[in-house]
Amino acid sequence: MMRNWYDVAIIGGGITGASIARELSRYRLKIVLLEKEVELAFGVSKSNSGIIHPGTQNPPDSLKGKLCVRGNLLTRKIAGELGVDFKEVGELIVIFNEDERPRLLQIKNEAETLGVPGLKIVDRKWLDEHEPNLSREVIAALYAPTAGIISPYRMVYDLAENAVKNGVQIFLGHKVIGITKEAGNLRLNVAVSSGEEPRGRACRQAGSLAGSECTFRSRFVVNAAGLFADEVSALAGVNDFKIRPRKGEEFLLDKKKEHLTNHIIFPLPTKTSKGILVIKTSDGNPMIGPTAQEIDDKNDLSTSDDGLSKVIEGARKMIPTIDGNDIIAYFAGLRPVAGDDFIIRREEKVPGFINVAGIQSPGLTAAPAVALMAVELLKKSGLRLAKKWLFKKHRHPSVHLFADLFSKTRELIKKNPSYGEIVCRCEMVSAKEVRDAIRRGARTLDGIKFRTRAQAGRCHGGFCTIRIIKIMHEELGIPYTEITKRGNGSEVVRGVRE
Amino acid sequence: MENRNNVKERELVVVGGGPAGMAAALSAYENGVRDILLIERDQYLGGILNQCIHPGFGLRYFRENLTGPEYADRFIKKISAVPSIEISLKSYAVNLTAGRYLAYIKPGKMEEVKAKAIIMATGCRERTREMVHIAGTRPAGIYPAGLAQKMINLEGWLPGREVVIVGSGDIGLIMARRFTLEGAKVKAVIEIQKTSRGLIRNVVQCLEDFGIPLYFSHKISRIHGRDRVEKVEVVEVDDSFNEKPQTRFEITCDTVLMSVGLIPENELIELAGVAIDKKTNTPVSAEVNKTSVPGIFVCGNSFKIYDLVDGVTYDSAKAGKMAAEYLKGLK
Ligand SMILES: Cc1cc2nc3c(=O)[nH]c(=O)nc-3n(C[C@H](O)[C@H](O)[C@H](O)COP(=O)(O)OP(=O)(O)OC[C@H]3O[C@@H](n4cnc5c(N)ncnc54)[C@H](O)[C@@H]3O)c2cc1C
Ligand SMILES: Cc1cc2nc3c(=O)[nH]c(=O)nc-3n(C[C@H](O)[C@H](O)[C@H](O)COP(=O)(O)OP(=O)(O)OC[C@H]3O[C@@H](n4cnc5c(N)ncnc54)[C@H](O)[C@@H]3O)c2cc1C
Repeated sequence: MMRNWYDVAIIGGGITGASIARELSRYRLKIVLLEKEVELAFGVSKSNSGIIHPGTQNPPDSLKGKLCVRGNLLTRKIAGELGVDFKEVGELIVIFNEDERPRLLQIKNEAETLGVPGLKIVDRKWLDEHEPNLSREVIAALYAPTAGIISPYRMVYDLAENAVKNGVQIFLGHKVIGITKEAGNLRLNVAVSSGEEPRGRACRQAGSLAGSECTFRSRFVVNAAGLFADEVSALAGVNDFKIRPRKGEEFLLDKKKEHLTNHIIFPLPTKTSKGILVIKTSDGNPMIGPTAQEIDDKNDLSTSDDGLSKVIEGARKMIPTIDGNDIIAYFAGLRPVAGDDFIIRREEKVPGFINVAGIQSPGLTAAPAVALMAVELLKKSGLRLAKKWLFKKHRHPSVHLFADLFSKTRELIKKNPSYGEIVCRCEMVSAKEVRDAIRRGARTLDGIKFRTRAQAGRCHGGFCTIRIIKIMHEELGIPYTEITKRGNGSEVVRGVRE
Repeated sequence: MENRNNVKERELVVVGGGPAGMAAALSAYENGVRDILLIERDQYLGGILNQCIHPGFGLRYFRENLTGPEYADRFIKKISAVPSIEISLKSYAVNLTAGRYLAYIKPGKMEEVKAKAIIMATGCRERTREMVHIAGTRPAGIYPAGLAQKMINLEGWLPGREVVIVGSGDIGLIMARRFTLEGAKVKAVIEIQKTSRGLIRNVVQCLEDFGIPLYFSHKISRIHGRDRVEKVEVVEVDDSFNEKPQTRFEITCDTVLMSVGLIPENELIELAGVAIDKKTNTPVSAEVNKTSVPGIFVCGNSFKIYDLVDGVTYDSAKAGKMAAEYLKGLK
């Protein structure tokens, strides 16, 4: 077979691209995924609320609503197969006065039309029993039991790892800069920004050197480029939509507050967002946010004093005991918004080109359903789908000491002594886990943080950063001065004494 | 849960092998305790002193001007000579119960002991940029000052070339001098209060002698830079810490060092049900080294933040004595 020739090329290694890659890897196809960053999930998929929404708060006729309900079901199955921790915690949409009740009932009706199961209105008595820290001002709530939480980046990494196991090739540091029609296929021009040698199981580099360009040819191209999907689409000559980032600032609280709430708590939604929430996360830390602010700069991930005070105010309205002093981390994410709904379609103008764009919230939840829809569109466009004899749907799960009981920890350490070498004291992460993360594809300090939680606790890497840098140096064989937080330009050590 | 088989019982367990833990263990021995286990998560004793290669330690206790490692070394020699004190390095305490069952992890093993008395000397951690809520981006180049100190002094790595330091506590001041001596440019120290929290000798020797500007009543209001720090916005504040917007100016730099205070490390005793003051993260206590749970003592920087190590040594010796008396009382 020709080198760099594929049946399907996927542009973008976020939750959308990774889900499509894994779904396609069931079939006898040659598939490539191209990602411009040094690691997967460094786009929108790393900074969101991590909620697997039940499907509430969506217009009943919207595509995103339908895909969300379906995605909620599918996510459970996939998480189970891949060994990703999914917790069904349920959500409450709360109201503070009778004037708000009609809107709450409307949300319930709309969600029921979409097929969201198990919804019920709960009263003050129920709330006292099930959500004791809730503000006394709340009079009732809509309870949606199927809301869940998941680690969004771990989901991406594990989907990708499983896709690779089933034959998908992934190239990191590969930015698509040109798309041209050729007879029978599309040609992708790619700028290579990372010259790392092929290494590790999960992801490979094309072997091309940093700063160079290379070409990929594919019969079909799926654009899952998140915030940049409009620009990628324009490369192919389709420029009838624009992506406007909508920023959301989020603030994480100390793990000591893990049991602040039993559910995810929402106010009534506004026109552009679901409002400021009190969120549970799969790592245990509660989170408050996000804000919703239209901005112009797709690279602006800054947080603001204003965002902080808005979020604290909004969260305290529902859970009054929240204290700004419990904040241990914060970040901002940008929702890739193109109008009110997802844009998932074949482009007649460019045969073989599929857009999966405008994947705003609930894009994390919808991802597996989005993937099925993308595959369906590929089929309609003429892609022949023949199932493989062997699709390896399971994945050997990663070990996380912090998630296990002491009895299990004891066994692990006995089996492999380096589980007993604690690197990160706040989150209890061992040297073995850091090494495993690198072997599974981590290349940066952030990549290690997302996979293991080392550096993500209350001391923010004050204790473990040096140790992690040394392990990276050993495992990857790169000098200290080339170790980065999240890719080129984010080096952490600027000089080494001879 | 509290009555487990096969768990070894020890008279006294000391957690943390910094100056506090060593002084406490030695004094417990001197006061008659003959079965002491000292556990330390690092591969060597000495705690934070190992990275403090500057002089200024022991002026009171030894009447000499020692460096941190020299000060630590005197205790390491002494403690290593006492056979009744078992030292377990690379041992990380992970759980403590009110019944004084202590679990710790070391390479290849997870151990559990039941201590008749326990002294926690786990030191402190640094407050972070997140705890003081500085707005802006989150690029590489923002370090707690103690981490930068460890990088330079113990690893020989230079974390940055153009530095702005937030906070004028002693660690920040000492790091200003350290970076300058390593050839980096320290552009400013920004202090939100009207005076320095550090020792006067450090303000003089670490800033004034090198001509490093110190801005009182100023704060960093925003950090800029996508991948690595590019600049910071600085603004003057009034007496109630409100920003005076017209005074805003920028400093270009590639590094921001945070020296905004230390927090006692007391998460383990919190698990054991010891009452903790939420504001200071220290044990609620009427008397030095005591906690709300009998038989659990806390000393050194985990009891309260000390400016000088000499005070740590004096007070921690009292903790050793208290534990010895407590054990005598049990008999
Ligand atoms: C604050 C916030 C909270 C949210 N909360 C939730 C939630 O709780 N639940 C939920 O379901 N959804 C939530 N969302 C939405 C969800 O995060 C997104 O819908 C989802 O992550 C989008 O994934 P994606 O793969 O489409 O985009 P991305 O993750 O951005 O992936 C696109 C990838 O394409 C790459 N790329 C771009 N251009 C190129 C190119 N030219 N060449 C190669 N690669 C390229 C990018 O680097 C990126 O990695 C939230 C979003 C935000 C911002
Ligand atoms: C930068 C800096 C400059 C200083 N300059 C001076 C000076 O000039 N003069 C002066 O007199 N003093 C100075 N000090 C203060 C002095 O160093 C401290 O007061 C003293 O070291 C505190 O001792 P400690 O034993 O309480 O804590 P530490 O020295 O921090 O020791 C705590 C020990 O506990 C261990 N530990 C923690 N948790 C666990 C666990 N779960 N399991 C096992 N082990 C654990 C740690 O690894 C550590 O070894 C300075 C401090 C700093 C940080």
